[in-house]
Amino acid sequence: MQDDDDMQSGGGDGANTLNIDDRQSDSGNRPTQSGRMSRRGVLECMTWAGTAMVWTMVGGVPRARLVGRAEAATTNYSFVQVSDSHLGFDKPANPDTPGTFGAALQAVTRVPGQPRFLIHTGDITHLSKPGQFDLAAQLLTTTKLHTYTVPGEHDVLEDDGKSWINRYAKQEGAKGDGWYSFNDGGVHFIGLVNVMNLQGNGLGALGNDQLEWLEKDVAGLTASTPVVLFAHVPLWTVYADWGWGTADGAQALTYLKKFGSVTVLNGHIHQVMQKVEGHVAFHTARSTAFPQPAPGTAKGPGPMAVPPGELRTYLGIAKVSLVSSNAPLAIVDTPLAG
Amino acid sequence: MRNEFAPGTIARRGLLRATLRLAGGVALLGAAMRVASAADADAAEIKIDNFKFSPTPLTVPKGTTVTWVNQDDMPHSIVCQALQLHTHPMDTDGRTSFRFDQPGRYDYVCGLHPFMRGQVIVQG
Repeated sequence: MQDDDDMQSGGGDGANTLNIDDRQSDSGNRPTQSGRMSRRGVLECMTWAGTAMVWTMVGGVPRARLVGRAEAATTNYSFVQVSDSHLGFDKPANPDTPGTFGAALQAVTRVPGQPRFLIHTGDITHLSKPGQFDLAAQLLTTTKLHTYTVPGEHDVLEDDGKSWINRYAKQEGAKGDGWYSFNDGGVHFIGLVNVMNLQGNGLGALGNDQLEWLEKDVAGLTASTPVVLFAHVPLWTVYADWGWGTADGAQALTYLKKFGSVTVLNGHIHQVMQKVEGHVAFHTARSTAFPQPAPGTAKGPGPMAVPPGELRTYLGIAKVSLVSSNAPLAIVDTPLAG
Repeated sequence: MRNEFAPGTIARRGLLRATLRLAGGVALLGAAMRVASAADADAAEIKIDNFKFSPTPLTVPKGTTVTWVNQDDMPHSIVCQALQLHTHPMDTDGRTSFRFDQPGRYDYVCGLHPFMRGQVIVQG
């Protein structure tokens, strides 16, 4: 498990030099230094699972340190990501998905620094039923935050996705199957839809219409604008055998080459995974419903039952912060327990 | 087609029971099941377990109603382009059926997990 790796790496003496792609060191990452850095490639990700950890990406080179120092580096601009609430799922892996989603949203209300809004990266419901959407809407009011969403494949199982589109896309002035963008706090946010036309190999897809829209959407932005893309299925290929990737995700990213800071937030795989490629940082969030196996470690990507009492250590939320006006976005993954 | 086979059906079913009772051997099961599917011309079942269809391919006479049964904790649906078929999702223990009236080879996938592939071969 990725989370276990994080936890094991994070436990210990606080020196905490973690490696991603074996290219990482712990030097040169004090807040005063990061404050002088350009936006380019500076992204901080904090992950804790039992033990607090900080992931810091500088120039594409990820670094790690303790949570307290990263918190000191962040500013007051932040938003929160939740994902994969799967309301309607009630099987043994989690018989109470409303309960865990509610707990996640309660955790959102305790996030310091007044997050600007909530992003739900899809699979709000398990079976696209009206009652499941209604329950989600009711629970989401507890945060008192505006919720931006993109659909997961479980949200568009009926009526060509109209339930999701009518509830969440229209209010954003969305195009096509529900994609849209907006600006906030100097950051350009783009919600993409990659579950309407799953490919033969199971991968998600954006399609030509959405790609053309994306190219135009970012064409007028200055290269120094931080960009946050969010979509349900990972835009990078996590594990093709289980359809954990987006067939034309790479094409989308070609339109973002000029930007110095690109953060991609996804869900779908129900576990934290991170990758940095050049100036693009990819991050997938935990589910609030149930964990799924690490890629290839099970016969299929079904719900993973965990020992009693441990479920909430596998579920959680993510807080994303703009560390300074000049750059870094920081991602803090927080499990519901543990 | 079904009428042509009707008299034989009874006999074959009797034979199947006898075969299973007397032999009980695993080696004979395959042959017995083939007899069963050919004889039981109006119904066949495909199980979905651990993101896999079984059996696949499934060979049936035309006119057979095939029922998929979802034994996973995740929903699945059946999408067959050749038939313009896109079923509602089946939750756990859910089932969905389709009657195959035209001979041919029908590839299908799960609409939620298209890496799950199956095939129904309908004989004339």
